[in-house]
Order: sequence, then C-alpha cells, then structure tokens
Amino acid sequence: MTLRLTSLCFAVLASVAAHASADDLDDVMHALAGRRHGEVSFVERQFLSLLKKPLESSGELLYDAPDRLEKRTLEPHPESLLLSGNVLTVERGRHSHVLELQSYPQVLPFIESIRGTLAGDRTALERVFRLQFSGNLARWTLVLVPLDAEAAKAVAEVRIEGAKDDLLQVEIRQTDGDRSLMTLHAPVGQ
Amino acid sequence: MRARRARIIAPWLIGVAAAAWIVAHANYVTDLSAFLPAKPTPLQKQLIDQLRDGPASRLILIALEDGDAHARAHMSLGMAQRLRGDTEFSTVDNGEPVSARRDRDFLFQHRYLLSDAVTAQRFSAPGLRAAIEATIENLASSSGLMLKSLVPQDPTGEMLHLIDELARTQGPRTQNGVWVSADGARTLLVVQTAAAGSDTDAQERALNAISTAFRASVTAAGSAGSAVQLRMSGPGVFAVAARAKIKRAVTRLSIVSSVLVIGVLLSVYRSIAALILGLLPVATGALFGIAAVALAFGAVHGITLGFGITLIGESVDYSIYFFIQSLRRDAQGTASGSWQRLLWPTIRLGMLTSVCGFASLLPSGFPGLAQLGLYSISGLVAAALVTRFVLPVLLPHGLKVRDVTPLGVWIGRRRDSLRRFGGVAVAGAACALAIIALSVLYQHRATLWNRELSTLSPVSLQDQRYDATLRSDLGAANVLDLVIVTGPSLEAVLGGAERAKVPLQSLIDSGVIGEFDSPANYLPSLATQQSRRSALPERHVLQERLRTALAGLDLEADQLSPFVNDVEAARHGALIAVEDLQGTSLSSGFGALILQQSGHWSALLPLHAVTGAAAPDIDIARVSAALAAAHLQDTQVLDLKAQTDALYASYLHEAIRLSLCGFALIVLLLLFALRSPLRVARVLAPLVLAVLAVAAGLAACGQELTILHLVGMLLIVAVGSNYALFFDNEGTQQRDEASPLTLASLGIANLSTVIAFGLLSFSQVPVLAALGETVAPGAFLALVFSAVMTSRAPPSAAPADTADA
Repeated sequence: MTLRLTSLCFAVLASVAAHASADDLDDVMHALAGRRHGEVSFVERQFLSLLKKPLESSGELLYDAPDRLEKRTLEPHPESLLLSGNVLTVERGRHSHVLELQSYPQVLPFIESIRGTLAGDRTALERVFRLQFSGNLARWTLVLVPLDAEAAKAVAEVRIEGAKDDLLQVEIRQTDGDRSLMTLHAPVGQ
Repeated sequence: MRARRARIIAPWLIGVAAAAWIVAHANYVTDLSAFLPAKPTPLQKQLIDQLRDGPASRLILIALEDGDAHARAHMSLGMAQRLRGDTEFSTVDNGEPVSARRDRDFLFQHRYLLSDAVTAQRFSAPGLRAAIEATIENLASSSGLMLKSLVPQDPTGEMLHLIDELARTQGPRTQNGVWVSADGARTLLVVQTAAAGSDTDAQERALNAISTAFRASVTAAGSAGSAVQLRMSGPGVFAVAARAKIKRAVTRLSIVSSVLVIGVLLSVYRSIAALILGLLPVATGALFGIAAVALAFGAVHGITLGFGITLIGESVDYSIYFFIQSLRRDAQGTASGSWQRLLWPTIRLGMLTSVCGFASLLPSGFPGLAQLGLYSISGLVAAALVTRFVLPVLLPHGLKVRDVTPLGVWIGRRRDSLRRFGGVAVAGAACALAIIALSVLYQHRATLWNRELSTLSPVSLQDQRYDATLRSDLGAANVLDLVIVTGPSLEAVLGGAERAKVPLQSLIDSGVIGEFDSPANYLPSLATQQSRRSALPERHVLQERLRTALAGLDLEADQLSPFVNDVEAARHGALIAVEDLQGTSLSSGFGALILQQSGHWSALLPLHAVTGAAAPDIDIARVSAALAAAHLQDTQVLDLKAQTDALYASYLHEAIRLSLCGFALIVLLLLFALRSPLRVARVLAPLVLAVLAVAAGLAACGQELTILHLVGMLLIVAVGSNYALFFDNEGTQQRDEASPLTLASLGIANLSTVIAFGLLSFSQVPVLAALGETVAPGAFLALVFSAVMTSRAPPSAAPADTADA
C-alpha cells in the first residue's frame, strides 16, 4: 500500500515536471520552427576506445526547412551527407551512394536527431526518440533516446544543447562508450 | 484402268500418310532463331547464345503500378516470397536484403582472397602503415560507425573496399524496403527464369506463375491492392506475346482466307466434289512442304507455317486451271487427256519457274528464308504432281462444273478495250510506267531498305519503349552492350575478365563508360586468389611489420591481434570455389555473368552507360579500340543491337543477291523452254513491271522494304509467270487470242491469290503484313500486265510445240 502510494506520488510529480518543461520545449520548438534556413560550421571530435587520441573533422552544416540537411565535411577528407526527405545521399570521392533512411535504422539517430531539432518538429522527433528536456528558451538541453531497438543497439542517446533557435553542440553517445562531440559555430559574418 | 489408278493413288496415299506422320512428330520452334544465322561466325555464335540463352534472355522485369505505395511494397514482399519458392525462377530480387547477412559473412571470411587491394606491397611495413592511416581517417567519415567494429580484424579496410567495389554498380532506389522507380511511381521486381529465354513454354509458365503470385498478393492486400496493376516486360514476355500473336494471326488468316477461297471456288464450280478434289493439291502440298522442312532442318519455325498461307494462293491455281479448262474441253467433246497434252506443259513450266525462284532462297544463311524456300518448292511440286496425276484418276465420270465462259468473255472485253490503243501505245505506256516506278525508287533510294531487325519483330514500339523505361528504372546494365571473354575453362575466362579490368577502368576514367560488372568481382580466378594468398606474410613477419607500421599512429599493436590471426588463417585456408558462393546473392550475380556450353565458357562483362550522360549510348568503337590496344585474347565487345542489325543487313544483301540469281535462273529456264529471247522478254516484261510498280508504290507510301517484301516480289514473279506463260502459250499455239476459258481460269486463280494475300496485309504480324501488301497488288498487276502485254499476236507465229519444255 505504502509502496503504491509512493509510486503514485512519483508519477504525479514526474508528470508535473514533464508538463512544466514541455511548455519550455514547445517554446524552443516554436523558435526553431521559425527558422527556414541555417548555415553553420562544425568541428566534430570522435572519442573512440580504439584510438589513443580523438579524431577530428570539420566542415559545415546546411539546413533548409522543412527536411533538407546537408553535412559537408571538408577536413580531413571531403565528404557530403545529404538528407532530403527520406533519402540519404553519401558522396565521397567518385562514389555516390543513395540510401533510404528507414532501411538503416542504426544510422537514423545520427542524422534525424539534428534535422528534427532544427525543424522544430516535436511530433517527428517523438516518433523516433524519447525526449528529455531541461532548461529554458535562453539555454536548453534536449536529450534524445532512440525508441527503435535496432537504433538503440548503436546509440545510447543524443544530447543537443542550444540557445534560443541556435544549436550549440550535439553529442552522440554510443552504447559501447564511444562518443562524438560536434560543436557548431555561426560562420563569420552571420 | 483400275491397276493404273492403284499405281497412282497408292504411292500418293502412302506419301501423304508419311508426311502427316512427320508433320505430327515434328519439332516446332517459335523463338527468334528463325532470324538468326544457321552457320554463324564465332562472334555471331556468341550473339545467338546471348539472345537465346544468355542472362539477358532470362530476365523478366515486373512493375506494380497505381494504387498506394505501401500496398505495393507489401505486395512486392508477398510476391517475392512466393516466387522464391518456385523452381521456375533462379533469382527473385525486389530490393529486400534477404541474404545480406550471408553476403557479409562470405565477403568478410574471404576478404583477403577477394580484395584486389591485397598485394605484397600492401602487406609491407609502409603499405600497412598507409592502409591503416587511411582506415583511421575513414573512421571520422560517415562509414566510421560500420568500420569501427571491424578495425581490430580488418585494419587495412579490405571489407570496406569490397563493399565499395560491389556497390559501384548500384541497383534502383529503395522505398519501404523494396525497389521503386526514381519517381516512386512503380514498385519493381526483377526475376530470372531457370530455363533459357528460348524456351517459350517455360517462359509462359514463368509469366503465369508471376500473375498467380500477383493475384494472391492482391487478395492478401485487400481493398488497397485492387487498384494496383501488374506489368511485365523482357525478352520472355515478348516471346510469349509474339508466339500468341503469330498463332492467332496464322489461325485467323488461314480460316478466313480458306473460307473466302472456298466460297469463290464453290461459286465457280457449283460442285462440292470438284471443290474437295480441288483442295487436295493444296492440302498435299502443305503437308509435304512442312514434312520436307522438318526432315531437312530438324525443326520447323512457327513463322514458316505462317507463310503456308502463301501456298494456298499459288497451289489452288493449279486445280482451278485443271477443272475449268479440262472439264470444259471434255464437255465440248475434245479427246480426253487433251488437258495433259495441251495445258500441263504450261503449268509445269510455270511451276518450274516458281521452283527456280524459291530455290534461290535455299542457300540463304537466314533460316527463316531457307525454310520458306524448301517449303514452297516441295509444296508446289507436290501440288502440281497431285493436280497432274492424282486428280485425273479421281475425277468421277460426269462431274460438271459451271460454264465460266461468260466471265472469260467479260475479262477478254476488258483486255481488248485496253489493247485497242495498239501495240505501240501499250509498249509506250509500259515504258512510261517503268520509268515512273524507277524514278520513285531512285528518289527513295536512301530509305528504300530497312536495315533493322526490329522491324520484323512482332513486339510493338510501345512495348519496346516500356521495356526501356523499366530498364532505366532498375539502373540495370544495358544488357545490349557487353564485353565477352571466351575460353576453354572457367579459370581461363575469369582470368580474361580480370585482365579486361585494366582497359575498362581506363574507359571509366575517360568517361566512355560509367561502370562495368564482372564475374571476377564475385569469384576471382584461382591464379589471382593464389597470388593474393601468397602475398600474405607469415605471422611473425606480419607482427614485426605491424610494429614498424604503427609507430607514431594512434592505434596500439595489441588491438590488432584479431587481424594477425585472420591473416594467418587466410594463409592456410582453401581457395574459394564456385560452391562457396551458394546461398549468397553473389551466386546469382555470378551465375548471370558466366555461360557454359559444351565445354566452351564465356564471361560476360555488361557495360553501364555514364549516368546522367547527354548521350546514353556507349561508344562501342572506343571500347573496342581500348580492348584491342590492350592485346587481350578472346576478349571482344559485343553490341547486340548493332550486331543483330548488321546481321540482318547482311541477310538483306544476301537475299537481294540470291533473288537476282533466282531471276537469272528463271530467265535461263525460260530461254531453254521457249527457245526465243523475244518470247522470254514478253513473258518476263509484265512481271518485272509489276514488281517495279509494287516496289515504287510501297516506297511512295513511305513503307521501308524488308526482307519479306523481297520474298513477296519473288512470289509475284512465281505466281505471275503462270499467267504470262498461259497468255504466251495461247498466243503461239492456237490463235492470237487466249480462249475465254483460259482467261476465266486465270481471273479466278488471280482472285483467290489476291484474297489470300490481301488478308495477310491486314495482319498485325509485320512479316506477314509485308508479304501480303506486296503480293496482293503485285499478283493483280501481273495478270493485267500479262494480259495486255504478253498475249499479243506474235509477228510470225510459227506453231511451236512447248510440250518439250
């Protein structure tokens, strides 16, 4: 009985907390959705247990509402990842691969997390992730946990930090302890 | 008398029975091979192998259209599952990763034998360092996630290299887990039949199995499935449709023309007995014709049976001449047997003229023509012999046929009204017509002959376009352009395919071709596998080199002990054999590119055009030049369309040459029989004029002439020579006028010929239509021209007996 009461209390408290931050989440989503186009440079560091030092790559991210995201890596090797609708096009050197995102659930969290957040499309995000929000519009953190079992095998969570409608940092934690940390900067002149 | 009857009828009946038995047991083929050479050159042989049995011939492209995309995807999965359980099909692909796991295991296990990057240099200390550095850099890329777990076992990145190589020839776009067209409007499946494409029965079974699977999946999909449409394309689909079309056309045309001809004969003879007797030469001729083809060629092409209708047209003439002329003479009290004496020599000469014409087709390398030649010769000889020997003994006493003299008189008047203009006017008009016809032909000389085999194809242009659409949807290699390597063993052709890789890669680099497939990508030759295996260093050597290679890199040597173990295992492992491919999708890919026929192997390397290129056609001449420059033995580029068209053009040239030979033969025969160049000229002039007029008419109507039009012209001469010889005979022998009865019998014979061929010209099958539209007007013109030009009273007609002909 006591146990049931306690759990009930927790449940109520949890729902209140969720409700409180849900408003802030909606504010953030609303702000993000208002942005139709975005262009930032990124630096990505990958911390792999395999390697003694983190791997670093850099390039730019381009976003066009509602569903086009391009990750253009410039260093150390040029590569382009273009997600448009459900189709992912990878270009490296002479090679070009066209993939359908749904066919690669393990790849999905890496890219859908960023695009869904940039689009401010909460419904779309909630189809793929469990959302945990903290902070407020001025400075916020959104943690995305993949719902799909196949995706969850590779990715433990995606942690996105932002201020208003800007994304500052995207951290992807893999289940094996490896992680990548992508820092975003508005390019000079914007 | 009775004994004489038995002596004639018994051999005839035995012959008919034997021919019927042969016809009933003959092998009938309906594939494309009627249009392929009988004695091919080695390159042509490969071409035929390709068209008949090659992977391209076994491909069926399936599209699901309309309805909802999700429903279509679901139906694609259902159909594929059903078809995979059917032994009619060797592969069923719809984009599902059914064997992805097994494929990955196979590639990973054999990566050191499969990867063309494995060389002694790569396993030296500097080589290892370069490969590992590249792998570390790749870790930062989009494939890093997949690569990461592989690094301890595969730090040189062989697996990634293999996947990249195999993915170079990428399939179509995937949506909802299955293949769709680029615009998503069609859901696509590709199946390969187990049987060869030339096995039309098996192809038909396969098509039925696909339709059944489709209906089952429509039912399973419920209301969402009802809007979805099934469409199929590919060589097998075309072959089955063409067979059905030819069968329908031949059956319908035979029935309709038989009914019409019988109607004409019945209204002329007014006697059922005469009608039945009159059809005996036709039926005997048809039976003997098919039997002769079956005996000489081993198999009868379906299209040859289609040409059989042409035989009705000519052989029925014999009995018409027989009945009308001999029976009327009898009635007039002429001695019995006068027909044999007076008219048979003329019919015999006409028949021999036709035989000469058709004999010219016998040496043709085009089996369809050679069969037509033999069929016509044996059929005409049989029909003429039955008319000459069997009909007289079967003739019941007192058989009466209608008096057609009034018809003959009517025809005579029409002719006389034309001839009233006088000999000079007729000659002048004939010359003018010949000049007009020749000038029309000269104007159209560039487009006079059609040189594409596809014009003979019963497949409609619309269906051919849809086929091209599906192929481009699938991004499938253009199966019409291949590099082909031949040799005495699998090892030899795989080695040849590997050597061809160097020039082909340089063609990719220079943008001549987009990509190419090769069976050696799935299974390298044993020699190559051996050299790769021997490039792998011993365990302690590898460990030593790794230590050197990793100095200064961010990777620890002890992380890579799985790599050292795998290399050691590969050094002592067996080489890959064909059987090892079993159960992987590589197996079907490999099987499609290797052909084996009686100890003779071929490796096929299909060429892909550059994607998004302005001109989708591959410049075959440059591919050919590159291969020649590389001095590769037994390696050739095969441009199927150009080759088949070249082949067809060579047939056309050959057929034109043979027809001219046939014409020369006819001239010689007539010179020998008539013993007068003037008479020969008078007999042939109307026929030549009729041929010219028809050819000019067709050209003026924008019709490009095909090999079948040429055969039609030969038939005009064959049929028309009977008319001209009759007029010639009557003119020289009795009076300067052909008798009304001769005119009537010629008119009726001509009517039946025009009916039979006129019907053909309405056929949907191009080869039959071409024959019809040439012979129907040609036969009519030949009669008119002969009547006007040949039967003029000779200037000094010394009564000559032509019976010695």
